[in-house]
Amino acid sequence: MSDQHILSVDHLTMRFGGVVAVNDLSFTAERRKITALIGPNGAGKTTVFNCITGFYKPTSGSMRLTHDDGRNIQLERLNDFRISKLAKVARTFQNIRLFPGMTALENLMVAQHNALMRASGLTFLGLIGAPSWRAAEKDAIAQATQWLDRIGLLARADDAAGNLPYGDQRRLEIARAMCTEPALLCLDEPAAGLNARESAALSELLLSIRAEQGTSILLIEHDMSVVMEISDHIVVMDYGVKIAEGAPKDISDDPRVIAAYLGADEDEAIAVMESGT
Amino acid sequence: MDYFAQQLINGIVLGSIYGLIAIGYTMVYGIVGMINFAHGDIFMIGGFIALITFLLLVSLGLTAVPVILLIVLLVSMAITALYGWTIERIAYRPLRHSFRLAPMLSAIGMSFVLINYSQIAQGARVKPVPPIITGGYTLHEGSEGFVVRLSNVQIIVVIATIVLLAIFTWLVSRTRLGRDMRACEQDQTMAALLGVDVDRTISMTFVIGAALAAVAGMMYLLYYGLVDFFMGFVAGIKAFTAAVLGGIGSLPGAMLGGLLIGLIETMWSAYFSVEYKDVAAFSILIVVLIFLPTGLLGRPEVEKV
Amino acid sequence: MTAPASQPTSFSRVPGIAFIFKKALISALVALVLFSLMIGIRTEAGPTGQLIFWTRFGDLASMVAIVFGGSIVVELLRQWWGPVETVRIVPPSAQNAMAIGRRAIAPVLLIFTFLVPVIFYDQRYILDLGILVLTYVMLGWGLNVVVGLAGLLDLGYVAFYAVGAYSYALLSTTFGLSFWVCLPLAGILAAFWGVLLGFPVLRLRGDYLAIVTLAFGEIIRLVIINWQSLTGGPNGISGIPRPSFFGIPLTPGDDGLAARLGIEFSPTHRIVFLFYLILALALLTNWVTIRLRHLPIGRAWEALREDEVACRALGINTTTTKLTAFATGAMFGGFAGAFFATRQGFISPESFTFQESALILAIVVLGGMGSQLGVALAALAMIGGFELFRGFDQYRMLVFGVAMVLLMIWRPRGLIGHRAPTVFLERNQAISSELTSEGRG
Repeated sequence: MSDQHILSVDHLTMRFGGVVAVNDLSFTAERRKITALIGPNGAGKTTVFNCITGFYKPTSGSMRLTHDDGRNIQLERLNDFRISKLAKVARTFQNIRLFPGMTALENLMVAQHNALMRASGLTFLGLIGAPSWRAAEKDAIAQATQWLDRIGLLARADDAAGNLPYGDQRRLEIARAMCTEPALLCLDEPAAGLNARESAALSELLLSIRAEQGTSILLIEHDMSVVMEISDHIVVMDYGVKIAEGAPKDISDDPRVIAAYLGADEDEAIAVMESGT
Repeated sequence: MDYFAQQLINGIVLGSIYGLIAIGYTMVYGIVGMINFAHGDIFMIGGFIALITFLLLVSLGLTAVPVILLIVLLVSMAITALYGWTIERIAYRPLRHSFRLAPMLSAIGMSFVLINYSQIAQGARVKPVPPIITGGYTLHEGSEGFVVRLSNVQIIVVIATIVLLAIFTWLVSRTRLGRDMRACEQDQTMAALLGVDVDRTISMTFVIGAALAAVAGMMYLLYYGLVDFFMGFVAGIKAFTAAVLGGIGSLPGAMLGGLLIGLIETMWSAYFSVEYKDVAAFSILIVVLIFLPTGLLGRPEVEKV
Repeated sequence: MTAPASQPTSFSRVPGIAFIFKKALISALVALVLFSLMIGIRTEAGPTGQLIFWTRFGDLASMVAIVFGGSIVVELLRQWWGPVETVRIVPPSAQNAMAIGRRAIAPVLLIFTFLVPVIFYDQRYILDLGILVLTYVMLGWGLNVVVGLAGLLDLGYVAFYAVGAYSYALLSTTFGLSFWVCLPLAGILAAFWGVLLGFPVLRLRGDYLAIVTLAFGEIIRLVIINWQSLTGGPNGISGIPRPSFFGIPLTPGDDGLAARLGIEFSPTHRIVFLFYLILALALLTNWVTIRLRHLPIGRAWEALREDEVACRALGINTTTTKLTAFATGAMFGGFAGAFFATRQGFISPESFTFQESALILAIVVLGGMGSQLGVALAALAMIGGFELFRGFDQYRMLVFGVAMVLLMIWRPRGLIGHRAPTVFLERNQAISSELTSEGRG
């Protein structure tokens, strides 16, 4: 049944000139589950993200998003902002892209742009200060406040995002993506640069998002402790192709995965594994 | 056909002048990433200096035209290059790592300074000079009496452009200075760490750009026989168009772009309307930027996400 | 973002007289070469068309001497002041006082502006200058929407000012429409042109957008010059109707406002009326802009300035967002243009040159991008500063150019270096503009 899959990627290929960054990749992400996309640097993971979130137009292949109500959306037919607006796919970036000169609260308000635009009657109702707009704005602030509370940044709501410590910026970016009320949340290396304590807090946050909002999560991550702890399903890429797929414990035992990470061939990897156990 | 051939010649000559100015834009944009708004006015200053030097030499009793031309060329290149150096030093260097808009406004301010400085120093009226180089060749005489002519001035403009372009291409591709320039273009911090004197390299870029603009100014003087204080503004925008059309950062691109803009402008004036020739040039700029932002010979810029 | 100070710091403060002298000498030498031909020799077309020249070595010598002296003064000042880039330590009490002072500036300025026609009723010159300053305040506020909030670099803003002015001039002279009908029409037409011009160019970024908008500005001016049958070409349009007080003319006749109110007619009435009219228009611009900043559209503008890619990832339609900023800015430019036309009674393409665009942009950047108060102060300083050079007209633009360069070096981020958040939970604290980005669009 395709209904249990929120995202199915079929034969996705992305070429840049002569370079094939992603080659005939197929995988699925299950609804209300956390799917991790792992692989060595340069494996093409971020390129996959950029295709899914509309920043690149794939050379070939299809990406189908199925909403709860059974509505199907072909992501390759939508471009940039429509993916977030219509398909409800939100993302974060490997190198954090907050609005540094705006406060944490403002960042979360901007994320609710489309809903607020409707509420403000495309600005006109807002300009005259209509009561319906005031109520909507109040709700939006409440929603943002609730997220700030959840990521532990309520006390810093009025500080510029650019002034926050690195780990807080990472969490704020996730909260900002969640404020668009996505069906699928794509996180590009959310644990990069975090210490062990912050990584643990991140894992907790992601698990709670899955449990409470029911958001499906697609995750690129190098921090294996995070990946192994929270993922329901792992897809491993190397040189633009999928080399393995499965539950965390299957992946951690897969010689091909270890070979890809160690840069050795399979036999050597098996030898390493055996000597280790 | 004859008419077309004549316009072709005129267009190539005009295009050479635009190309020489465009090189200054393209080099500066490549290395510091700013539009040097004052560059068109540097061209105008070059024209004025050439004019004054010429006048001085003639009044000193010098009559040998090749000697006069050579001295005028060297003097105007040297002094104009110093203008380029000074402007970078005063108006751009303090703002190099600043807010992006600041150097642009500083450049616009510098452009106003140069325009009004020349106006005050040399008066607002157009300065005509008698033709310095005369004569030429009749290439073809049409049946209706239309004559295709290639004048000596045109030959000199084109040859000078080719020679100087060759010298500067060699300078940028084969010398230490050229290598430093390309290194700064890629990554200034890294270049500095590897022992490249970034300040000096950027200064030299401005100096070379200004020297070439001075050549263009002198050619303009020879070809049109006049200079005025406001000629840099429109010529500057057209040369910038040429730089973008050719692909910003590319020297051959700037020359190619210059030739194309020169040809388009000449043909437009010849076959459509003279009044709207600047409108045509600006429209081309817009069309090129929208549909071909990397230009003909430029490298495509991939958006990093 | 600030570069590390490359100037010698405090412990090596005193490089000695010899150093200063040497530096001044080099500057003087450079100046000598630069000015040698341009100032030392003056050319002019003689009576027979032949070019003549004469020497001005006295002027040249004095210029070089000025550079020499100036260089010494600058160097001494720099030592006395210390390195320019280091942050001055200001005691907190003084900072508090300054913050209170800052908060008081705007209301005080506003009240003063309201009282200007009362205080200076007899001084026509001051009233005219006030109208001029307010026109530029309004233009600055209009452009601020585009450049300061949305981060789109527009070098052709004067085009919309021209569209507004010509719309009013043509509509009123050909169809006899009144100012109050034409004013909204001028704004709508300018906004329409803003969208029309904006649509193809808005995917360009930064410097390219700047140069394309400059080209658009020039195209509009050139078309106005060449389309003689419609616009009168370089001769412009004259006899543009003066505004009425909502239908009641400000004339000495029996149906004039003065006669109806039973007071004696004075030409000053019209000036005062114009003053309050432009004040109202400027305040409208300000009010709308502040309102918009607190609405999703305004927040999207600022977000766009901060990071366009992130905006797209959040589902914000960047094209329409940019277009609304462009159109809003253009609309205010159009209003200002209509006011300009009715005030002057005569317009020609000469009023809409690139220099005008650069002046308005300089006001916005000097004001501190996005700051309404900063823009008002910058307009006051710029236009006021210009007035000081009345009588030295040929030096005006030269000084303006020098001022632009120096101001950028002195305060690249403008007079007001912080932005106020649009929404807050507990503390409404300003954000240093070191953090805000200038936009790449």
